[in-house]
Amino acid sequence: MTGRGGRAAARGRPGSGSGSGPGSESYERGGWGTYLLLALFTAVSVFPLLWTAVAASRTSGRLAQSPPPFWFGRNLGRNLSVAWGEGGMGEALANTAVVAGSVAVGTVLFSTLAGFAFARLRFRFRGPLLLLVGATMLIPPQLGVVPLYLLIARIGWTDQLQAVVLPSLVSAFGVFYMRQHLLGALPPELLEAARMDGAGTLRVVWHLVLPAARPAMAVLGMLSFVAAWNDFFWPVLALTQTGNPTVQVALTGLGRGYVPDTSVVMAVALLGTLPLLVVLALFGRQIVGGVMRGAVKG
Amino acid sequence: MAEDVVERALAPVVPAGRARRERLGRLRSRSAPYVLVAPFFLLFGAFGLFPLAATAWTSLFRVELTDPGAREWVGAHNYARLLTDDFFWNALANTVVIGVLATVPQLLLALGAAHLLDARLRGRLFFRVAALAPYATSVAAATLVFALFYGRDQGMVNWAVGLVGLDPVDWQNGPWASRFAVASIVIWRWTGYNALIYLAAMQTVPPELYEAAALDGAGRWRRFWHVTLPGLRPALAFTGIVSTIGAVQLFGEPLLFSSGAGASGGADHQYQTLGLYLYEQGWVNLHLGRAAAIAWAMLLLLVVVFGLVRLLGRKGGRR
Repeated sequence: MTGRGGRAAARGRPGSGSGSGPGSESYERGGWGTYLLLALFTAVSVFPLLWTAVAASRTSGRLAQSPPPFWFGRNLGRNLSVAWGEGGMGEALANTAVVAGSVAVGTVLFSTLAGFAFARLRFRFRGPLLLLVGATMLIPPQLGVVPLYLLIARIGWTDQLQAVVLPSLVSAFGVFYMRQHLLGALPPELLEAARMDGAGTLRVVWHLVLPAARPAMAVLGMLSFVAAWNDFFWPVLALTQTGNPTVQVALTGLGRGYVPDTSVVMAVALLGTLPLLVVLALFGRQIVGGVMRGAVKG
Repeated sequence: MAEDVVERALAPVVPAGRARRERLGRLRSRSAPYVLVAPFFLLFGAFGLFPLAATAWTSLFRVELTDPGAREWVGAHNYARLLTDDFFWNALANTVVIGVLATVPQLLLALGAAHLLDARLRGRLFFRVAALAPYATSVAAATLVFALFYGRDQGMVNWAVGLVGLDPVDWQNGPWASRFAVASIVIWRWTGYNALIYLAAMQTVPPELYEAAALDGAGRWRRFWHVTLPGLRPALAFTGIVSTIGAVQLFGEPLLFSSGAGASGGADHQYQTLGLYLYEQGWVNLHLGRAAAIAWAMLLLLVVVFGLVRLLGRKGGRR
């Protein structure tokens, strides 16, 4: 499936594959019961987000009463502006955009290069190195937080964004994802022909690998962006609310009681989530495809 | 013009230069794979492998966050202390309990949702994208909203409980209620994501198999059990592994679930997980050595869980 999607995309049909083609039509047609249950599932998935907006448009006083509000109030503008200013969301959003953007670009670049080498080049220690990468999918590197913190503190990176960016560039998933894609999208004969023509590695990467990898690079970039935007454990340790907070660090500070105004906290949560919801709305098809394709390789 | 000058200056050495370039070229193509994987492995070594290995080393010292330079060798003391530490065992038990409460319903619900999404549908892209909305919501944002839902006096959940005529539940302080509430945040965030993974696996099952099963008179349920589920095995394993890793590291949800509780995980530590205990020991009580020992305990827990699953899987396979 991965291979088929990859080859189709390499021929210039971006964003297809992922089983939404006509060939993978499923057996059963959805009846009204299916639609009813799906509507329920969708409502549960979306309701907490909608209600975040409702709460952000109310006052703290109203949120402390029962029954809770079910419809929008008139305070959205005020809460958003407090969140932006006193809540520090302007700065936090900018920081998070820098972090998530750098992580996405770096992860895609390094994963593509390594993925290509693992997919199509022969070299010593290829097997053991690939195994090593695979092992970190089972043993999460996040558990190394204590020495990582000591390292960051020693080189003076506490409260600096690169402390959050660099560790996130190590994506075992990214390497496997790109390797899997390139195994399907980059035929060995093509590489052989290029080498016969005397093309060096740099030219091969530039003229063959990158064009073949582009659809998967886009998907990996979006998944890395979402993951980096929402990354929690390490940023909360490495950054502080008064230093260079990301959205999650700022939210954690607020949630733990620095600003006790609940409706403002909800406005902050809304502001911090909205950019990703926009990304999801714009690139939903590709992200859905990426999640589905990433798993099939199992 | 400058290029001309350079070219003329180099002209006499061209033959030798070309030979050297060719040799270099061959050398380069042999070293090329290493150059390509180098950026990844440099970062991987510095920020992935080194911290993991150094965690073991750090756990043998007394290290304070306030003065990391002054470390004192204590051998296995940090581990010995954990073994007699009630809070550690409490956190371990909570991690397992909340992990099970979060993972099992999550994967079952995802299976059901995937089955629904697998039908021929109008607007299926909409349903799929909507299923990913919780995945795009951060732990912090989700937990803060759910904390309001679960408020004892003004929360929506207790309002609904009251409508049915039941007494309000103390979601913050009840030992089981609060664990369930924390688990429900995990369930909400990851069910749609897992459903899409199962959906992808379901679509690799050839439709002919369903037709054949239907011809043999298998009903809807039996087709699901005998045709769909076997095709889902790799996806089930994948989601099982990923969810387990997530459950062992659970941190953000219990940290933010109740605004006053902080790293203690509730007034009675009733939902303090290992991740939260690591944070409390290292960054609240400033004992980094102990925190490192807890991190190794978490690794060990993962290894034990995966070992058990493999053992059970092998036994099941032999039968």
